[in-house]
Amino acid sequence: MSHRVRVNPIACEAHGMCAELLPERITLDEWGYPVVDGTPLHGAQVEHALRAARACPTFALLVERERKRERARS
Amino acid sequence: MSASAPTLAEPGPAGVQPPAPALPRLLSGIRPHGALALEQHLAVHGPLPSIGGGRRRGSERAATLIAEIERAGLLGHGGAAFPTAAKMHAVAGARKRGIVVVNALEGEPASLKDRTLLESLPHLVLDGAVAAAEAVGADEVIVCACESADVGIESIARAIEERAGAGSERSPGLRLATAPSHYVAGQESALVNFLNGGPAKPTFTPPMPFEQGVRQRPTLVNNVETLAHVALIARYGAAWFRELGTPTQPGSALVTLSGPIAHPGVYEIEHGASLSSLIRAGGGSTARVRGALLGGYAGAWVGAPHLDAVALSNEHLAALGASLGAGVVLLLSEDACPVGETVRVARWLAGQSARQCGPCVHGLDALATTLEELAGGIAGANVAQRVDRLASLIARRGACGHPDGALNPILSALDVFQAEFADHARHGPCAGCSRPAELPLPERPLSEATTRDRPARP
Repeated sequence: MSHRVRVNPIACEAHGMCAELLPERITLDEWGYPVVDGTPLHGAQVEHALRAARACPTFALLVERERKRERARS
Repeated sequence: MSASAPTLAEPGPAGVQPPAPALPRLLSGIRPHGALALEQHLAVHGPLPSIGGGRRRGSERAATLIAEIERAGLLGHGGAAFPTAAKMHAVAGARKRGIVVVNALEGEPASLKDRTLLESLPHLVLDGAVAAAEAVGADEVIVCACESADVGIESIARAIEERAGAGSERSPGLRLATAPSHYVAGQESALVNFLNGGPAKPTFTPPMPFEQGVRQRPTLVNNVETLAHVALIARYGAAWFRELGTPTQPGSALVTLSGPIAHPGVYEIEHGASLSSLIRAGGGSTARVRGALLGGYAGAWVGAPHLDAVALSNEHLAALGASLGAGVVLLLSEDACPVGETVRVARWLAGQSARQCGPCVHGLDALATTLEELAGGIAGANVAQRVDRLASLIARRGACGHPDGALNPILSALDVFQAEFADHARHGPCAGCSRPAELPLPERPLSEATTRDRPARP
């Protein structure tokens, strides 16, 4: 089972904690918002990602288990 | 009820004789002024066959209509061209009873098709909504119109009253809601958020509205025109529907044709029809044309050299990086300055952000500023890299499709009107820059002529 990180852009207020705690996957854009590499996390990265998600002041960083199949989107 | 009173009950689906497959379909019976009353509507299309869903869920007939819509290959006409049957399956299969929302917000400044349907053919729209509700087992239909669409609101309200008066017992509850008129309010999740008592702003998805929408119930949100097609498919079937259009985009579509054209207005076309045939139907262009914006302000530009060969179907337009979107065909005259027009549209689109997502708020604003500098000839030498960088920071980083949609007309303008942009970057504003703006925006809507003229057909 693989995990990915995703940002809820509505909740995100550019505190930037995630980029500090998960620099291997997250950089900040010129306004301070996270630019996320959403490819599957490997090994210890999952633990780092979960720590970053817990540290986000607005709970905007999500660590998601990969879905079995792509959901229909409109 | 007297024998002559119009009724929606007792159809004879087997006995329904499909009309000729030709155009007009949706616009059959449309009048120059005013709405078709229920009786007149029934005289044109006959009664809506019983779907058999409603209070009793999961009936065979209900499943049959969804299957028929799937076979018809109906794609949503709100802009995203999402398969209608897929959404219907999701709502029909959910544990909770669903709700149908008719999305009549039509925030696209250059589109008048949904308004035309609301104002002129309200019963076709309501038929589609009732059929969809019965098919997915919903007991409630909410028609959500823009608060400024006074004529359309009145027309739908009267149509709902007429149906109540006709004593139809089968219909799900029909009600009308009015929402704010800003651009992103028509985005599905924004509409659901608004109907749940929140602001008309997009929400973070999933859950998608068809999973969890109005009052936590699975919600089928369909565009006005999409439902009008459902009303016809419920009557005449998938085979009839597919007799027009292309294999991947069957059926007809309403398009709003505007710009330097003799008779701007709403036309019904067959998917795959040539742009030239549409322009001919519109009485021909009244000026030399520099390009066409297809699909509206989430759509893309096609330059003059390609226009003669354009076919109005998404599979054809994809090769040009364009799509039919919500059916907008906007011609730009040779005298207009595409740079100045793009700058105004970019600034407007930045202003339409719901201001929830940082990359949309800051990115679209920065992009509009960069284009303003470019148009004024005061952008630095590396402006192209700056635009590329901003585009990459905007794309796929919003909760809704607005930032991505906004990039389409801007980036395609930079590509199609490369020479004009390069000229402005070097020499600043051109003579055309000081001409009055041509592209419609809410503060400068489509001309009265466009809204007044009732459709002809190509």
